[in-house]
Amino acid sequence: MKFKEISALNKFNKDNIVVEKLDTLINWSRSNSQWYFQFGLACCAIEMMAAAGPRHDLDRFGAIPRASPRQSDVMIVAGTVTLKMAERVKRLYEQMSDPKYVISMGSCSNSGGPYWQHGYHVLKGVDLVVPVDIYVPGCPPRPEALIQGLLELQNKIRTESTLGKVE
Amino acid sequence: MDNTKLDINQIFEIIKVDFSELIDFTEGDNFILVSHTKWYEIAKFIKNDSRLLFDYLMCITSYDKEDKITYGLAFNFKSTINHSYLEIRIEVCDEDSVPSVTDLWGSANWHERGAFDMMGIKFENHPNFKRILLPDDWPGYPLRKDFETPEYYRGMLVPKDKTYWE
Repeated sequence: MKFKEISALNKFNKDNIVVEKLDTLINWSRSNSQWYFQFGLACCAIEMMAAAGPRHDLDRFGAIPRASPRQSDVMIVAGTVTLKMAERVKRLYEQMSDPKYVISMGSCSNSGGPYWQHGYHVLKGVDLVVPVDIYVPGCPPRPEALIQGLLELQNKIRTESTLGKVE
Repeated sequence: MDNTKLDINQIFEIIKVDFSELIDFTEGDNFILVSHTKWYEIAKFIKNDSRLLFDYLMCITSYDKEDKITYGLAFNFKSTINHSYLEIRIEVCDEDSVPSVTDLWGSANWHERGAFDMMGIKFENHPNFKRILLPDDWPGYPLRKDFETPEYYRGMLVPKDKTYWE
């Protein structure tokens, strides 16, 4: 009896109505359908493929690979970003439609990794070119690490306010 | 034509008959040094001569002599008919250009472009002579010992040391 008094079900026991902020609904759907952009630059891409494969199965978090920047929400920069590729990465980021997020996967795209001192051709961190939301450390990170990065991004999206004031 | 494997001394004796002034071989070395001026004729000879028949160009390596003038090329050949191996080296200055052997061995095409891309060795009569890996507007040749990393490339910072993060 006491449970019924404090439960929201008691209030709405006649029709199927739930009262919530619209932000919560948008963030709920948005965070659970992170379609990521299917492209890899180096060995981290192998781990990304393993994460998308049946054993680790990114599908269960609603993340499926899309082969076009127009249809994707998340860009996973998986691998060494060379200076030649940096311009292409930037262009692909600009082709994605809002809201868009970037996961930097692995040491190379975080900070240049093993190439940080003598790599004349390597961009020292993809955050010099595009804004990064989540950094996943590792060389290369295991699929579990990438999945944790994706879940952290879900937490970040859930705290966002699309309709309210930007603070 | 016999199918016996030839060693470097025998190969040198065969090439020396026609090109004695253009090639150089020191006893004990495992390569033959060739002048770049008649390199195409020598290449044609070692490919077509019935005793040599080097039909497979395995690799082209470029190297820096560290005197800031001379750069070298090392060609590794194999004959799939008599199974002998040959290394030929060519050393050129910055302003010289080496005749391309792309029409004799197809594998020379990308290797020569790679040697130009990294070491700045120029080739004549190449069907598609441009950089292979780096962007076309890249300054300098990165595998030369005196190469300096540019400060910026197309507006992107290329930090040289840790101070950038500190």
